Amino acid sequence: METAFLITILATAIRAGAPVIYAAVGEIFAERAGILNLGVEGMMLVGAVSGFIAAVQTGNPWVGVLVAMLAGGLLSLIHAFLTITLHADQVVSGLALTIFGIGLSSFLGQNYVGVHGPQFEAIHIPGLSDLPFLGPVLFQHDILVYLTFILIPASAYFIHKTRPGLHLRAVGEDPATADVMGVNVARIRYIYTFVGGVLAGLGGASLSLAYTPGWTEGMSGGRGWIAIALVIFAFWEPWRAMLGAYLFGGVQALQFNLQTIGITIPTYFLNMLPYLFTILVVVFATGERMRRHLGAPAALGLPYIRGER
Amino acid sequence: MQRLSRVRLERRLTTPWWLSWVIPLLSVALALLVGALIIASQGVNPWQAYRAMFQGAFGSGYGVAETLVKAIPLMLAGLGVSVAFRMKLWNIGAEGQLWMGAWAAAGVGLFLYPAWHLSPWLAILLMMIAAILAGGLWAAIPGVLKGVWQVNEIITSLMLNYVAISWVLYFVDILWRDPGGLGFPNTAPLDKAIWLPKLTWLPLLPKGHRVHAGLLLAVLAAVFLWFLLNRTKWGYEVRVIGENRDAARHAGMPIVRNIIIVMFLSGALAGLAGMAEMAGVAHRLQRGLSPGYGYTAIIVAWLAKLNPFGVLLVAILFGGLLVAGDQIQLTMNLPRSIADILQGLILFFVLGGEVFSRYRLRLR
Amino acid sequence: MTASSPHQPDIAVEMRNIVKRFPGVVANDHVTFIAKSGEIHALLGENGAGKSTLMNVLSGLYAPDEGEIWIYGRHVVFRSPSDAIAAGVGMVHQHFRLVPTLTVVENVILGLDEPRFHLNLTQARAKILELSQQYGLKVDPDAYIWQLSVGEQQRVEIIKALYRGARILILDEPTAVLTPQETVVLFKTLRSMAQEGHTIIFISHKLDEVMSIADRVTVLRQGKVVATVNIEEVTKEKLAEMMVGRPVIFRIEKPRLQPGQEVLRVEDVHARNDKGLPALRGISFVVRSHEIVGIAGVSGNGQTELAEVLYGLRPVEKGHIYLYGKDITQASTREIIREGVAHIPEDRHKEGSLADMSLSENLILKHYRRPPVAQGPLIRWAYVREFARKLIQRFQIMAPGIHTKARLLSGGNLQKLILARELSSEPGLIIAMHPTQGLDVGATEAVRKQLIAERGKGAGVLLISEDLDEVMQLSDRILVIYEGEIMGEVPADRADRNQIGLMMAGQRQS
Repeated sequence: METAFLITILATAIRAGAPVIYAAVGEIFAERAGILNLGVEGMMLVGAVSGFIAAVQTGNPWVGVLVAMLAGGLLSLIHAFLTITLHADQVVSGLALTIFGIGLSSFLGQNYVGVHGPQFEAIHIPGLSDLPFLGPVLFQHDILVYLTFILIPASAYFIHKTRPGLHLRAVGEDPATADVMGVNVARIRYIYTFVGGVLAGLGGASLSLAYTPGWTEGMSGGRGWIAIALVIFAFWEPWRAMLGAYLFGGVQALQFNLQTIGITIPTYFLNMLPYLFTILVVVFATGERMRRHLGAPAALGLPYIRGER
Repeated sequence: MQRLSRVRLERRLTTPWWLSWVIPLLSVALALLVGALIIASQGVNPWQAYRAMFQGAFGSGYGVAETLVKAIPLMLAGLGVSVAFRMKLWNIGAEGQLWMGAWAAAGVGLFLYPAWHLSPWLAILLMMIAAILAGGLWAAIPGVLKGVWQVNEIITSLMLNYVAISWVLYFVDILWRDPGGLGFPNTAPLDKAIWLPKLTWLPLLPKGHRVHAGLLLAVLAAVFLWFLLNRTKWGYEVRVIGENRDAARHAGMPIVRNIIIVMFLSGALAGLAGMAEMAGVAHRLQRGLSPGYGYTAIIVAWLAKLNPFGVLLVAILFGGLLVAGDQIQLTMNLPRSIADILQGLILFFVLGGEVFSRYRLRLR
Repeated sequence: MTASSPHQPDIAVEMRNIVKRFPGVVANDHVTFIAKSGEIHALLGENGAGKSTLMNVLSGLYAPDEGEIWIYGRHVVFRSPSDAIAAGVGMVHQHFRLVPTLTVVENVILGLDEPRFHLNLTQARAKILELSQQYGLKVDPDAYIWQLSVGEQQRVEIIKALYRGARILILDEPTAVLTPQETVVLFKTLRSMAQEGHTIIFISHKLDEVMSIADRVTVLRQGKVVATVNIEEVTKEKLAEMMVGRPVIFRIEKPRLQPGQEVLRVEDVHARNDKGLPALRGISFVVRSHEIVGIAGVSGNGQTELAEVLYGLRPVEKGHIYLYGKDITQASTREIIREGVAHIPEDRHKEGSLADMSLSENLILKHYRRPPVAQGPLIRWAYVREFARKLIQRFQIMAPGIHTKARLLSGGNLQKLILARELSSEPGLIIAMHPTQGLDVGATEAVRKQLIAERGKGAGVLLISEDLDEVMQLSDRILVIYEGEIMGEVPADRADRNQIGLMMAGQRQS
């Protein structure tokens, strides 16, 4: 009984963590390049709704995923244009993107609330899924969860061990130097803001096509913001973002499953858990960062204009 | 990209006065133009839709009254957001602070007032104080975290919105639910004596309009804020800290204390907005009390360039936009979300347009 | 295009009629500059004369508004620094262009096409070590930049340029951050590079070093070329006159004064830096009234932390600070200001002024708490306007009016604004950090005279500066700081550059 409960919790944590992993890794890329994009929530929502609509229209969830990524990416380009080309304030622009995204998603999805659509089914990986304990925890998920298992090591490798990753880090730390060294700062920032949008869109699709199939208004429920919080928790490292996302998923799993083991707390308080957890995590991470003197990318949130200090 | 890099931005030394008017107006016009495309996609003539929106919000005495009603919480919450932004504190938790204010005020009005046999005026005053404390303390949480431990206030203030709403709904749905409410989740109504009085003496508005004393509260709050920021030592400190935190430190200004005070003040104003909406319009605590006033307030504060009187003005425009959104939903069968989209678009374009008042473009 | 070149084979750089304008100024006004290959060519001029702008044009950072550039006889148009590097032009900026969180190798290969994707650093590391051997540029390729001293960082910058195949190397004020001994080593390196055919362009405003290292020198003044001359054909005095436009007196008149009562006493002070590492390790000294005490040292040896500790901005871990005999070790900045301590901060823009606020709002930054500026909780703006007008006149701040925003002031006027604010309260102690950094000769002179005048009025001045000449000219006593410790003290009238240089490099006074 207890192992079964533990398995449920862990498996749910991994499933619930996946959408947040996409969004958080996307934001890590953007912030590593020096662009703070607070529009993640908006991009996730638009990704979720447009992905769902495309999947319903074509009957193919993969088309949904592509459309969601594209939609998230396109939205992020608004932020990129405003902040990189026009040097607008990144905080305000990101907030505008979230407000716009909430409105746009509700507008696009007006006729899709409650509609049934295609979704990604769980795939039991032959052999591995039969392992005791590990099988049901790790290897009985849908494809979008499996993709996160690849995304994390791939992005960690990319950031730290490749030439484009080096340029990415340099642009976020010291754009003036990167510029003098012949790195095209604006181009890099555009690219990774776009990557951030694409991944946020994908995170949205993993909500509407896999985790909680279907479309309801505001279905991301603050996950975009939680992703941003996890980036702080993660010190801008993908592996730690995964850890944070699974912790968040674990809290959600508890939220859903506490009743089954006979603990009754009003749902209103259970609903607060992920948000309280996020605050706790950010406080904790900030404390640790101070102690270890780890910094955010030094140029995060600052516009870069050649020849201006 | 290639083409973009040939356009260079050069910082203007001074901005001609007319530019600071023309650019925002042009930006809003462009935002409406893009909005027109979205409306047209619904098979509706955008020109007619905009006309209906304007008619609905400002075209009649009734419309103007409703616009003012919606503007009141935007004014108060917008003022709250603007003080925080003055000090570059990104308080985006006005929504939760508003809910906490409404909750505390409702508690006073529903329970303390009858239990202690308070006079109505005293009860209204206590409701205000309760809302100020509840909203202020709720905002002081991210304030203390930011001031003392440098925890990012964007995340914490936003997360607390969800917590606050869950908290209040627990009371609305369960603890304080009106047993005679026919299954609707809301509390019992407040006693009529402690409703915020209607401003029946306002000229030009039709009889029976819903504009309440919250409007006076908002105007007073704006005057108070302006005075505080521009005439007092404390206001000078806030402006200096917002402009340059390092210089403020070198001048020995108490930064941590001011962060907490400003966050409290910011939340207190948002809390008052909640109280005004609860005691002036809904007259009870209920689901959907705020359709996101706290978020719209962020746009309002920013578009007003954080000027208190500007906030009043922009709040009226955005109150009008909310009324117009309801209007076109009813008469033209357009989704309400068009109003939200327009809010976002206006912010995008004004934000983008701002660059042209700070920089001049140079081609090379 | 190439056909029209008037090229002579030994000319490496030819910049013709370069014009570069910034909002409000012409930084380069039809400048023509020619450097021969294999020479060390000094570019001499005051701060603001347009030297750095001209070289930023040559290194591709700025596009000129008019004019042409020829490199080894080829007409070039640089759109970016990488174009310049491809043509063989490398620049070592005054503020190093190194990413502190990356390692030396990563910084060196930043922006290059190799390695293609996977970061294999073996080759790069080998090549760096080879260059390091060849020119005596000692550096650890795997160290992070933030771990390196300024001297080491400069070596990384030079390696970076050489790694990219730079044959023309521009150095912007390279000795400003070095000890005299390190300067000697750098000059040796530059000599050997020139002998191998590299062209060195050396930006400076220091006459002595130009005389000792350069083959030829081009003098700029107010954005225009005054002349280009062979170094054997000029004297130091002649160069100075060309640079400033009038004969220059090299010593500032400073009356002899008997030091008075003790103003500041620092006893065995310890403090940590932002990274949590020890920055001050047992500092002790005394400042008396009628006295300027100079603190010399290479930047990053605890100067910033020392100023912050004295001003209540950084906690003291151990030790005591006394002001007029009163213990202020734990006092807040606010209390220290009230005790009459003035502070001219390191960074005028970041710490000293409010860019988007008016001059009058800037001027009351230290006065706003008390009457007559304040009245109860209010600020008396009518009085403030009067106060600001008077100060602007007294300190000769060139500005349209008291409502002008501080960001519109030039560096010199901004520094005068800060002096006006800090000195108007008749301070007993003045902590001045790099007070003339980046100012032109006129403003520098004005600032120095102010400090000497305050000394005459009875203030004690603590002058923290990396400019050894400044410290030697102004101070009555000189202390040398190295890695958070005082290496020794010398009276200014018996100061010997060599001896101070050794202390700056960490040798204790014998």
